[in-house]
Amino acid sequence: MRKLSATTVATHAVLLAWCLVVLFPIYTMVINSVKPRLDIFKSPFGLPKTITFEGYTNAWSAGRFDIYFRNSLFITLVSLTLVLFLGSLAAYALASWNSRWSRLAYIFFIAGLMIPIRLGTINLFQIIQRLGLTDNVLSLLPVYVAMSLPIATFVLTEFIRGVPGELRDAAYVDGASEWRIYASVIMPLVRPALATVAIFNLIPIWNDLWFPLIFIREESQRTVMLGVTLLFGQYQTNWTNILAVLTLSALPLLVLYLLFAKQFIKGLTAGAVKG
Amino acid sequence: MEQANAVPLQSSRAERRASFQAQRVRAWILFLLPALVVYIAFMAWPLLNSLRLSFFTGSGYTPDHFVGFDNYRTLFTEPYYRDRFFNALGNTFVFFAIHMLVQNTLGLLFATLLATGLRGHNTYRTIIFIPATLAVLVTGFLWRLILNPQWGAINFGLKAVGLGAWARPWLGDPQVVLIVISLVSSWQWVGLPTMMLLAGLLAIPDELLEAARIDGASAWHVFWRIKIPLLAPVIGIVSILTFVGNFNAFDVVFAMTGPRGDPKYAADLIASFFYRTAIAGEHPVARPDMGLGAAVATCTFFILLAGVSLWLVFNRRNAEA
Repeated sequence: MRKLSATTVATHAVLLAWCLVVLFPIYTMVINSVKPRLDIFKSPFGLPKTITFEGYTNAWSAGRFDIYFRNSLFITLVSLTLVLFLGSLAAYALASWNSRWSRLAYIFFIAGLMIPIRLGTINLFQIIQRLGLTDNVLSLLPVYVAMSLPIATFVLTEFIRGVPGELRDAAYVDGASEWRIYASVIMPLVRPALATVAIFNLIPIWNDLWFPLIFIREESQRTVMLGVTLLFGQYQTNWTNILAVLTLSALPLLVLYLLFAKQFIKGLTAGAVKG
Repeated sequence: MEQANAVPLQSSRAERRASFQAQRVRAWILFLLPALVVYIAFMAWPLLNSLRLSFFTGSGYTPDHFVGFDNYRTLFTEPYYRDRFFNALGNTFVFFAIHMLVQNTLGLLFATLLATGLRGHNTYRTIIFIPATLAVLVTGFLWRLILNPQWGAINFGLKAVGLGAWARPWLGDPQVVLIVISLVSSWQWVGLPTMMLLAGLLAIPDELLEAARIDGASAWHVFWRIKIPLLAPVIGIVSILTFVGNFNAFDVVFAMTGPRGDPKYAADLIASFFYRTAIAGEHPVARPDMGLGAAVATCTFFILLAGVSLWLVFNRRNAEA
């Protein structure tokens, strides 16, 4: 075995210590969510002696997490699909078109990266009311698409610019329409960038609390995060239930992240270094 | 002769190209339009319109009566609102300072350590980033349980190692609650600066570091004299993203202390104050005042604008230097 230098040992020590700080809360959350209520207080950090899924079944049926999950899944998938479609169309145009107007449109989109949409909440609330969408999970759709477009156009435009121009022009000279070039030449090439954009926007959309909190009250329209706030208040004293709710709401992204960690990290730091 | 011939040929080709180009431009505009329409209708326009609404007042959710600068006057001079507003503003700057000090310094440390490419660096990186994928709401609630004065793991652990005197109601003490929620938020987001700075460090050419080392520069020297200056643009981006994010932070306050940043508004941030004035209704009146809320949003907007402009100026100066 290679001898470890003191620096290497110290480096590992620092990183390991932090990993413990990260994993400990998540470990206690998951482990205690399957313990009976009183066992949590008897041994908060040990492995469970008896396993119960009571917290999960309570959250799922009594807590109506089935509804919340369906709503969150629906709104996340539809928003992401729309963002990818509208964003890639715009990015294709911005990357191909070289003029003052296209540069202006590009800057206009990019400006949205620095200004949080929440500052427009007051007027958005009125718009949603006027559209008759209050208390409807669909009210979130246009907001999520709009707030995701800046990063989508930014990443996709940069990526499409990297595609050799001759490729597009050749297709054009061959008589292919812009739509054909977009759909059959460019889209297959930028698939990795589409994944990046999807991942980047998935997290804030799934995790968003602000807009559901303001737009939605009706039980049948609640998202997972809204459900978590309500159930946390309701289950104050039943930690098995609370922890099951928290685990359940975090699980989808956690699993996706662990499966695609590399893409996630690439997605979330996209453009930051370049900028 | 040849030249004379070439001219009409070229111009007709140029004409054809121009009409081609016009045709393509029409297609591109059509491609741009849907995204532009959604982006304007649900982001750009509501943002500007919310600024305009700060000059209006009205009952319920319809500020329709023009009052000029009255909302700002209320916000800056009426004792109740003035105290709440400047308290929240001050707290947000403290929140930001702790993020710079803890989150971004740790991020730089982790990035530097990971950049050595030591064994297991990918696993470390994956773990450091986990909290950033979780909802702030979920981690906030989770930490609230861990910090629970009776049952929470923190006090439990302190007592176990004989530091029971340090145990306290972490979220019930106005002296520490703001620091505690800032630390929880830093714990959550430290993965972002780590990844960005790591990418920046890995982009530094090896020859440069090698040359410095051959010249006898110590690791410490290389870090401060070579790595940090080269990282300056990334550090700039990390700082401005932290700034914008912190002035938008609401979930962590909401989850850990409730929408008022209790106790005694000690953890009230500008976003939670905005939520109360505009949406939930602020204490003595407990009635939402959208015009006043719009004034808070407008102030936040200009603070962010100032921050971003400062960053752009620095960035440009750096790029020129």
